[in-house]
Amino acid sequence: MPITVFLLFALVKSLIAIGILLSLVAYIQLAERKIVARIQNRLGPNRVGPFGLLQPLADTVKLLTKEDIMPSTAHKLLYLIAPAIAVTMALLPISIIPVGRDIHVLGYTTPLQITNINIGILFILAVTSLGVYGIVLAGWSSNSKYSFLGSLRGGSQMISYELALGLALVGPIMLAGTLDLRGIVEAQSHIWYVIPQIVAFFIYLTAAFAETNRSPFDLPEAEGELGAGYHTEYSSMKFAMFFLAEYINMITVSCIATLVFLGGWHGWVFGPGWLQAILPVFWFCLKAAFFLFLFIWVRGTLPRFRYDQLMGFGWKFLVPLALANVLVTSLVISLR
Amino acid sequence: MYPVLFFIFAGLAVAGAISLLVQRQPIYSALSLVAVMGALAALYLLLGAEFVAAIQIIVYAGAIMVLFVFVIMLLNAQPAEAPGRSRVARALGYPLLGILIAELGGMVAAHFQNVKLTSGEYVVHVAQIGDALFRSYLLPFEATSILFLAGILGAVLLAAHTEDEAPGKLYIGEAPPEPNLIPYDSTEGSTTYNGAGQPVRTDLPAHPSSEEVRS
Amino acid sequence: MIPLSYYLILSVLLFCLGVAGFLLKTDVISIFISIELMLNGVNLSFVAFSHFLKQINGNIFVFFVMVVAAAEAAVGLAIIVSVVRNRHTLSIDKISLMRD
Repeated sequence: MPITVFLLFALVKSLIAIGILLSLVAYIQLAERKIVARIQNRLGPNRVGPFGLLQPLADTVKLLTKEDIMPSTAHKLLYLIAPAIAVTMALLPISIIPVGRDIHVLGYTTPLQITNINIGILFILAVTSLGVYGIVLAGWSSNSKYSFLGSLRGGSQMISYELALGLALVGPIMLAGTLDLRGIVEAQSHIWYVIPQIVAFFIYLTAAFAETNRSPFDLPEAEGELGAGYHTEYSSMKFAMFFLAEYINMITVSCIATLVFLGGWHGWVFGPGWLQAILPVFWFCLKAAFFLFLFIWVRGTLPRFRYDQLMGFGWKFLVPLALANVLVTSLVISLR
Repeated sequence: MYPVLFFIFAGLAVAGAISLLVQRQPIYSALSLVAVMGALAALYLLLGAEFVAAIQIIVYAGAIMVLFVFVIMLLNAQPAEAPGRSRVARALGYPLLGILIAELGGMVAAHFQNVKLTSGEYVVHVAQIGDALFRSYLLPFEATSILFLAGILGAVLLAAHTEDEAPGKLYIGEAPPEPNLIPYDSTEGSTTYNGAGQPVRTDLPAHPSSEEVRS
Repeated sequence: MIPLSYYLILSVLLFCLGVAGFLLKTDVISIFISIELMLNGVNLSFVAFSHFLKQINGNIFVFFVMVVAAAEAAVGLAIIVSVVRNRHTLSIDKISLMRD
């Protein structure tokens, strides 16, 4: 494939991915409000459009037209780039997430992902580890107590749970023998890794909730004690960027869980040719949607952890458990 | 394409390093170093070292530098005051630094100019790294893990709060005077305070001293 | 193609800027940051040699350097925190006595 065609394909795929992602974030947010409302025996937003379907549009307009306030004592440069860092580091992992097998377009074969790299999982871990900077700098540069406390909590929580997250992924990587996400999915054609790696799966899920600062680990933005955490001082579009980053991170971890543990696009494929082409993508989306629903469901169900409980749970329970899982998995592989 | 990428990221790395040098605020120095590390990770990718590029970001930029930023924020490190150095040192230092860089660079360039090494498609795969680490370099690997454990223990021991030190007793600059906890007139029977600021009841008989016990 | 010497010159530049930072800076944290820059400069030459000699050893060395740097950063920052707790300053000109 010549480089110009490659760049053209990458550009088109990036535009499609960003378009889908932004609308998806808007509707996940609507779905969250609806589902949490149902869990709490309410109706949720139902005024704008049929069943409240135009609510995300109204929210966007509201956010865009709000006054953009900057604290007078903020560190200007860092205050401005912090939300940009958060969104960039959230968007980057999407570029290597495959959603299906190769497709043939205009005589070229191209994977259903923006680009494929050998060290897929390491790349994702690297980029998410840089996401901490967005949170930490936002809290510090706002020059506010609430923001600072929120960012300290968020930063230490993300660093701590990154360890458990990475160690949980080691088991499936050892079984598949590759860091390439497509390779990991192809290695699951017989059995999904959720069955041999059930412990790693639960460690990954728990750590993913903490990594994305979602309930029950949403201490960095615990509204009862910290205002809104690290983005207390942010308003309008800059607040929307943090919001966007959080939901895109949710989508990313859901996609990774699908790819690594639930067999990616593997599923029941039947019917005529066009259906066989679409079904793998459909299975992938269905599995990812299940994880997204899980995020919302847990938020509506579980109360928030205390901070020392959170840290103790991460370091004293999840990390040793993940290490034990790595040990057992490598023993089984070597004895096989 | 390759030379263009090299010069972009090399320029970025040097710019970051210079920014590290001239920034007064420690936090900006730390962030400049993060930029240098990002540029270096890209250069490692150009050199076919995928794994090193990834751990450069994960370990260096994502863990070590976050730790630095955390400490800078917690200590609220302010820009350091200009050092009172002599004018001679300042006039001589910068040119000498330039000479040092030029000399080292010139030596390297002269030495390696005629070395005929081709930069082909040499990509180090992660599997090769693992193979080398756990076969040829097994002993150093284990030794570093011990070193690491010692490092963790040392860090915890050094940074942990000691018992007599109340939290929140951290001042930048001049520390305010210690509040005087001992009341001036300790009348008989009232509460007095010992050195640690804890109340001591004086109306109770004190512990028998060793002489009393002996008699 | 880029010759090896370009990478080595870049590595020298980073190392020297690190040395300069180490000598010029007056607060402990910036000095520590400069040391990290020096380590990074050395790492670049390791990887460049590894690539041009087509041997894996340079990559492994970088791995070890990073591990040692991580341990060093953890201990060093702990020392800085405890020094600041006792002396209430970051300036190296003021932290000049072994005891108060």
